[in-house]
Amino acid sequence: MNGFDTIIEGVLLGGVYALFALGLSLIFGIMRLVNLAHGDLILLAAYLVLSVTTALGVPLVAASLLVVVVMFAAGFALQRLVLERVLGDDILPPLLVTFGLSIVIQNGLLLGYGADSRRLQAGAFESSSVTLVPGLSIGLAPLAALLTAVAAVALLQLIFYRTSLGRAFRATADSPPIAQLMGINERSVYAIAVGLSVAVSVIAAITFGIRANFDPSIGPARLLYAFEAVIIGGLGSLWGTLAGGIVLGLAQTIGARINPEWQILAGHLTFLAVLMVRPRGLFPSRRP
Amino acid sequence: MTVDSVPMTASCESEKALAPVWQIRVGTRLSRAAAIAGLAVVVALALLPMIASRNLIQDLIFVFTMLALAQLWNVLAGWGGLVSVGQQAFVGLGAYALFAGVVVVGIDPVVAILLAGAVAAVAAAVLGPLLFRLEGPYFAIGSWVAAEALRLICAQFKSLGGGTGMSISPSELSQMTGLKAVQALFGLRAGAARDILIYWLALLLVVLVTLSIYVFVRSRMGLALAASRDNALAARSVGVRTGRIRYFLWVVVAFATGMVGALVYLQKARISPDAAFSVTDWTAYVIFIVVIGGVRTIEGPMIGVLTLWGLISYLSQFGSLYLVVLGMIAILIMLFMPRGIWGEAARHWNVRLFPTQRVLSRNS
Repeated sequence: MNGFDTIIEGVLLGGVYALFALGLSLIFGIMRLVNLAHGDLILLAAYLVLSVTTALGVPLVAASLLVVVVMFAAGFALQRLVLERVLGDDILPPLLVTFGLSIVIQNGLLLGYGADSRRLQAGAFESSSVTLVPGLSIGLAPLAALLTAVAAVALLQLIFYRTSLGRAFRATADSPPIAQLMGINERSVYAIAVGLSVAVSVIAAITFGIRANFDPSIGPARLLYAFEAVIIGGLGSLWGTLAGGIVLGLAQTIGARINPEWQILAGHLTFLAVLMVRPRGLFPSRRP
Repeated sequence: MTVDSVPMTASCESEKALAPVWQIRVGTRLSRAAAIAGLAVVVALALLPMIASRNLIQDLIFVFTMLALAQLWNVLAGWGGLVSVGQQAFVGLGAYALFAGVVVVGIDPVVAILLAGAVAAVAAAVLGPLLFRLEGPYFAIGSWVAAEALRLICAQFKSLGGGTGMSISPSELSQMTGLKAVQALFGLRAGAARDILIYWLALLLVVLVTLSIYVFVRSRMGLALAASRDNALAARSVGVRTGRIRYFLWVVVAFATGMVGALVYLQKARISPDAAFSVTDWTAYVIFIVVIGGVRTIEGPMIGVLTLWGLISYLSQFGSLYLVVLGMIAILIMLFMPRGIWGEAARHWNVRLFPTQRVLSRNS
């Protein structure tokens, strides 16, 4: 039963990693932008939710909705005011700008909130669990995280393949000039994509903030997990990203079971192993 | 009468003499003057320990090592297009190799610096083929993952202090080559003499690194490297082995980065995995130096490191705020002055002290 526990724990952890990864996967797919501040934006969202719930006394769900809207606007503005100016053939400027942003957010959070560990309070929900079979129960919060991840992937797939916005996304991803000829405004498509990516990260921040402590320094690690999930799953496939997150979660929990010090290392080594054996990821998209 | 003897040939020759001869030039009169001035500055810096205070020497060790790291990152990311945010991997690995060599094996610290470079180069040679599978921007995060993995692996070695780190004792450092001579020369105690020795090693390293990069980017290889960055497909079609040249660069840069890391931690004499593999200290600062000074120039990192040194003296007491300000400056420079301070100045006044651009000129 012990081994089975570990696997369930790993799969549930994978849900959180998949949520980290969705935003990263989304904007890379549409605009070939790798946002090095992704992890720090997740943390910024977590701290904003924390502030809204504690300072204003708003319930978690309402606070989350508020922060989703705020972060969507922030992402939109980030693209229009900053990233738009540096996107181009040269990969160096956007990488350096997002790296600078990562340092600014991380140290800004340190200034504003201090280095102490924090946690989002979700009341009774965070400690309750459901019993599947006698002797095996899973926490409601981790289960909710996984279900949220599945729902988020399904929703994004729906947006991508069933709406005119999704058509605009796919067209712009394939060829920005031709998409523009067809009347698509490239600038707003990109800005909506970044906004959406940051908004999805808020969901990730909440599911993560309920189950674990966070402090300003852990942003980069979230970026690395997100990235590993994307590469393990295979570029260009959102369901693949979900699977990649689960593989990463499994690798970490199994590593931790062998030796608690090996949790993170096991994840990194799994990533490098996948890169060695299947460089295009485990579930690459069929399109080249 | 054969066709050859027709006076045509003569007229052809005279036309050749009249036709303008185009030449590709890199050097200028100013650059030759700058080379002589550079040599004078290096000689002056080498003689500086005779009059300088220990504080200044320690500050300059910081300046030299950061400048070396910045030049190395500049050639890797700027000229080579290999935008790595994982160079702390090689700083940390070099530092740990030095500690392992000195403390565990007991070899001379100066020799251990070379060993540190070799260890970093081997790690780069192994990681390279894996990381090169990630295209452009994903290579950046991939290199960061590799650095994190190496940090966690180094933290596993209990003989090297595990997660908390370790120190080198002064007695282990007293065996360093040349230390006795420096002590006798300046009449100093071991600690101060060690700083001077490390100062000279750092100066030697930064001069060698800068000079090699300068020669490299002006050479055919440098041109091939720039071509593989700008358009790998076109470069391959004219016979440039893009993969091989990038791999070579990646390994050599790791070798030098490892030596710098070893030197930095030889001076600190205390190491921990978090400090030696710190992304802020060994990559963020380095990137800020290059961005502020000017990417793809030899002079840029020099301007950048002096700017950083000035900022640190005034702002480092503010802790996190200092990094926020530095990050903001870097973002604003990328947005409004993407060539950096030196790049803009060079364009405005058309001054290039260490030119790397090829200029087509008419030789009449």
